[in-house]
Amino acid sequence: MISRTPFYIFILFLIIIGISLTWLRHNLYGVPLLPNTDSDLWDIEAKVELIADGGPTKVILNIPQQQKNYTIIDESTSSPGFGSSFSVDKENNNKTVEWNTREASKKQVLYYKVQILADPYAIHPSQPKPQDNFPEVNFEGVEKNAAQELIDSAQKFSSDPTSLARELIKLLNEKSNQSASLLLKNHSKPKLLTDLLSLSNVHAHIIGVLALEDGRRNQSVVPMLEVWNNSSWQLLDIQTGDLGKPNNYLIWNNANQSLLDVIGGHSSNVSFSMISRDISASNATQLKVKSDNLLNFSIHSLPIEEQTMFKTILLVPIGALLVVFLRLIIGIKTSGTFMPVLIALAFVQTTLLVGVIGFLLLVGTGLIIRSYLSKLNLLLVARISSVIIIVIMIMALFTIVAYKVGLVEGLSISYFPMIILSWTIERMSILWEEEGSKEVLIQGGGSLFTAILVYLAMTNEYVRYLTFNFIGSQFIILAIILILGNYTGYRLSELKRFNHLIKGD
Amino acid sequence: MFFSKLASPKKLNAKGIMGMNQRNINYIGKYNNRNKYPLVDNKLKTKMIAEKYGANVPELIGVIESQSQVKNIHNMVENEGGFVIKPSQGSGGKGILVITSHNNGSYVKPSGQIISLKDVERHITNTLAGLFSLGGKNDVAMIEKIISFDDTFNNYSYEGVPDVRVIIFQGYPVMAMVRLSTAESDGKANLHQGAIGVGIDIATGKAVKGVQFNTPVLTHPDTNQILNQLSIPNWNELLYIASSAWEMTGLGYLGADMVLDKERGPMVLELNARPGLAIQIANGAGLLPRLRFIEHKGYDFEHKSIKERVAWSQEHFRHN
Repeated sequence: MISRTPFYIFILFLIIIGISLTWLRHNLYGVPLLPNTDSDLWDIEAKVELIADGGPTKVILNIPQQQKNYTIIDESTSSPGFGSSFSVDKENNNKTVEWNTREASKKQVLYYKVQILADPYAIHPSQPKPQDNFPEVNFEGVEKNAAQELIDSAQKFSSDPTSLARELIKLLNEKSNQSASLLLKNHSKPKLLTDLLSLSNVHAHIIGVLALEDGRRNQSVVPMLEVWNNSSWQLLDIQTGDLGKPNNYLIWNNANQSLLDVIGGHSSNVSFSMISRDISASNATQLKVKSDNLLNFSIHSLPIEEQTMFKTILLVPIGALLVVFLRLIIGIKTSGTFMPVLIALAFVQTTLLVGVIGFLLLVGTGLIIRSYLSKLNLLLVARISSVIIIVIMIMALFTIVAYKVGLVEGLSISYFPMIILSWTIERMSILWEEEGSKEVLIQGGGSLFTAILVYLAMTNEYVRYLTFNFIGSQFIILAIILILGNYTGYRLSELKRFNHLIKGD
Repeated sequence: MFFSKLASPKKLNAKGIMGMNQRNINYIGKYNNRNKYPLVDNKLKTKMIAEKYGANVPELIGVIESQSQVKNIHNMVENEGGFVIKPSQGSGGKGILVITSHNNGSYVKPSGQIISLKDVERHITNTLAGLFSLGGKNDVAMIEKIISFDDTFNNYSYEGVPDVRVIIFQGYPVMAMVRLSTAESDGKANLHQGAIGVGIDIATGKAVKGVQFNTPVLTHPDTNQILNQLSIPNWNELLYIASSAWEMTGLGYLGADMVLDKERGPMVLELNARPGLAIQIANGAGLLPRLRFIEHKGYDFEHKSIKERVAWSQEHFRHN
């Protein structure tokens, strides 16, 4: 037996590292120890992908400017092989980043990263008044009549430019409106709206907004309509006609500029990832100053897309810690060691209630079908594979039923890891044959209970904040797990199991 | 009250009851070398090594290794009376099919239930696919002669074979129990399924007390036989064979499952590198004091003969 001393020193070492890293981040970078919802710092990353044609390539991306409620703290680009420059076009109220290279081929990935602070006192330039002339709009033949008809009926129910725009949106949304459907056949909705408004002598243009939501990946810019209401610009939702800018919307590109222009490449695409951090404004500036510091080897130096992924991955150790605790200290039986963590990860995607119901439905149905399969006397590999396929089909079925019934939440059932479900069903059914339904209930119930606890921990605001912002917490979790692995005392379940043994004493 | 159903850890500790974590870290982890596990996890290997050391084992009729051989089963057992099919790498008694007699395409289970040729073939197919083995590994099916168990056990067991589990620590027998199947356990010898565990005094081979589902019982629920009249014949011989499992396997902490055959006496059925803790309940005593006693004696184990070790255990672990 090897000596345990180095082991304890190692644990102590882990705890010291964990605490110092946490202290360092807190003191040096000013990251508060507890989440502070008052000030949000957003890291947003635009990822431009394109296939370059082999020659000179130019990429122009529209980017956000200082605006109401948001202060831009920092922006940067990352683009190996490309030179980049920012430019502001005051006249068109437009800001762009431009990437250039002499020679590029194959797939290219360019990043633009911006850090903005949610700031009600943000100083922002007033938006320029519209120019007097209207862009020329020409509808031909039938379209001309249809357009005029739409404008006429919208004007009947409106008093000012904003309400006119809203009425037009309503009309375009009516599926039974023939003029609307005729025009929508050849024109995109945003373009059509601005054209119709121009015809009615209303200044309007389309801008792109980004809905800020923590931890999202692969988002895209949504078009919104901006209408000049004789004194100010008003924002309207193109789909619903709702007025005003929702709180969490960031205006990404102003005016009628296209979001992305690529010369010398094709199949281009831009997607957005974002992540929010709780930090005060002064700390944010400090952070910026120190961003080149060598000590800053944290997750936060990664591209945002990877960061959002890590935000979830970093929660897994918390789940593992809980499983270790429940099994070694409490003595709960689960089927498989870390299956509950994976199920909990699925719950995070589906929300708890839908997750639990979906899990019970899938495993229950799977068990019934599996019991039929076992009568067919198939070989094991074939049987597990068939269970996987059947699980997929059950998922599809439930999703379709949920959709038809109008349960949007039911759609998220597909977040369940199929392989895990298939294994669960296979293990449970063997358990059923061998040990009876009682054992299935004990182990299945234990797994579900554990998964729910893990889910609650993983969705806890403080846990999420600490695991992501302080990498040191991971060392401390590891140390605790190692200490638990050393525990030779009784499990809670054993106190009950062996209770009869000491009764007479 | 919930807490009144819980034992105080202090009292359990005072009685030397071993918990799962304690077992895993301080005994299995410490004394059982992982590379020796295949020897006990594979019953075919266990059988071979037991025979090499001169211990009796249930007689092997044959082994079925592949799907194409499955149909041979009927020829194999043609001239046999009863037989047992078991997965070579099964654990916890999983996948064991006992046939007491057969007659032209119908096989009779101990319960009297008759199953068909196809049912037997299917059981072997499942075994080969690894349904019963650890981690679903492919497996082979062993066909063994049925044990005609000693008359002593008449009326003590319902349908299944009663087996004697002895915990062997560093070659010393530490604690023993008999597991008797019941109607409730469906003929299986697993205590958590309702089989009865009867603690056996290491010194004498006589019953100490019986428990079912952690509760003391005095008689067998199906046969009404009084449990504490149970006394195991050839007790010393059984302990010798069980203790020799230490030399056979090199495992410091193991459970030897023994059966008593009417003609051939005690034989090794199976060895277990991770024996459970229910034996403490059946004996009403904790394992820890005995294990620690041996640990602290600092014996030169290698030079003690099996006889000396068994005698030492019988002297020190006598039930009061």
